[in-house]
Amino acid sequence: MVESGIEVERVSHRYGAREALADVSFSVAPGQSVALLGPNGGGKTTLLRILATLLLPTSGTARIAGEDVRREPQRVRTVLGVVFQSPGLDKKLTVGENLGYQARLTGIRRAERRTRIARALEATGVSARRAEKVEKLSGGLARRVDLARAFLARPRILLLDEPTVGLDPAARRDFWSATAALRAETGATILYTTHLTEEARSADRVGLVDRGRLEAFDSPDVLTSSIGGDLVTVRGGDPVSLAAGIEERLGWKARALDGAAVFEHPRGAEVVVRLAEAFPGLGSISVARPTLEDVFLRRTGRRMDTADEEARG
Amino acid sequence: MTGPGFFGPALALSQRELVRFFRQPSRVIGAFATPLIFWIVVGSGLGSSFRPQGGQPGYLRYLYPGIVLLIVLFTSIFSAMSLIEDRKEGFLQSVLVSPAPRSAIVFGKVAGGAAIATLQSIAFLLLAPLAGFRLEPVRFVELVLFLFVVSVGLSALGFAMAWRIDSTQGYHGVMNLLLMPMWLLSGSTFPVSGATAPLAAVMRSNPLAYGASGLRELLEPGTAFSIASLPTSVAVVTGFSLAVFLVALAGARRARP
Repeated sequence: MVESGIEVERVSHRYGAREALADVSFSVAPGQSVALLGPNGGGKTTLLRILATLLLPTSGTARIAGEDVRREPQRVRTVLGVVFQSPGLDKKLTVGENLGYQARLTGIRRAERRTRIARALEATGVSARRAEKVEKLSGGLARRVDLARAFLARPRILLLDEPTVGLDPAARRDFWSATAALRAETGATILYTTHLTEEARSADRVGLVDRGRLEAFDSPDVLTSSIGGDLVTVRGGDPVSLAAGIEERLGWKARALDGAAVFEHPRGAEVVVRLAEAFPGLGSISVARPTLEDVFLRRTGRRMDTADEEARG
Repeated sequence: MTGPGFFGPALALSQRELVRFFRQPSRVIGAFATPLIFWIVVGSGLGSSFRPQGGQPGYLRYLYPGIVLLIVLFTSIFSAMSLIEDRKEGFLQSVLVSPAPRSAIVFGKVAGGAAIATLQSIAFLLLAPLAGFRLEPVRFVELVLFLFVVSVGLSALGFAMAWRIDSTQGYHGVMNLLLMPMWLLSGSTFPVSGATAPLAAVMRSNPLAYGASGLRELLEPGTAFSIASLPTSVAVVTGFSLAVFLVALAGARRARP
């Protein structure tokens, strides 16, 4: 059994008639970082709540550091640090008070509390805010305080549920660099959910979650190289007829997407000239390495942002 | 890593309740002033039409223990309502995923609410001479202990309700539907002896009636308005508080908050 890893075996969850998670399995080795990437409403948060012992799976097993979340929730909680979408802080209290209460909740001994709290605040870069009430902090700062809170007990496993949602890019960067600093210090295993591909890219493993299913689970490199070579995007005129024309005249299987014709080619750079010659007057031709976004599209048949909108209804 | 034990987390959560309460002056004033005004207005307004037999003292005095109970009820129930805010804001989730045992979480929250309620009622008990009650120090301590037990029951009841209810509006609804009648039928506003037989039966099966009755016995031993002896009232109230606490705990032990 893995010491501080995560094992998920055939986990399903239903809310009444709605299936939020269907038969999800994966495992995370100790010390690894994992991003669950997918649109809102895809089941990521449900999975994270199951791992955090807040929700029981309808079927299947999940183990955190070898302990079953269903049978040993109390033991699981001793190794977990969790950051939820809304900070787990009392807004009426100061930053220092919040961490003080958290230290007592997790059973950190009195003698150690001061140094632990100081260290957590320092690592997340919020030491200067210690005496401020949480309700006075910006969203980004509150998230970092929440990260300090989750980190206080030096958990072996950190779970973060869309921790940067609603933050501007600068605050997002600060949050992730604070997280990296904490991980470097403890070597914790980390699992986080996100709907931003750029946040998922840096993880050791990425799981693509859509409509309750884990569509893929692998390292980002393996996932992106599963697409055959480069991604060529051609703009100019009607994308549907352009895609049909490319397939007919050049034999590359293109499809219309977002106002452009898109196809994959092992050596994208070589096709640019042929395209330009075959279709004079094109708006633009771009060649790019596939991104996780493209992998998501390939595996689920949907773009992440449109899937997002559908989930929102 | 060993767990945090029971008392550390329980004490931390209770303390937080108190700190939060005293940082919100509107709550401090509201929980005290509302029943005070109610006492003065209703007490003196109804006083003229309320004529107890046998030279008994007036309605202000009759209503006084009921108001003490109302303060305890309001404060306990409002404190428990903060559970709904805690859940909305995310604080509750971080408590629930901490290694603190569920029993410590429920106890901390309930004891914190009960402590606030008891403190508020103490403030009102200081007005007892105005209602014509003389309180010996020992009696005062007994009263405070009794009120704490009542508060624990009501806080636990509030906790059990707030655990299942998603909005403060819904909570207010249940409160008006369940708790106000509980108070009105506790013998706080009119005596059981004056009620019709069916109503009296309802009142006698209301646990809060034993809170009111015990309070009367403590304020005025041998009062004509109590429905049970002091030991009986203490037993009923203690049993009620324990039972509701266990219900609250059972709710909190289910995995889905």
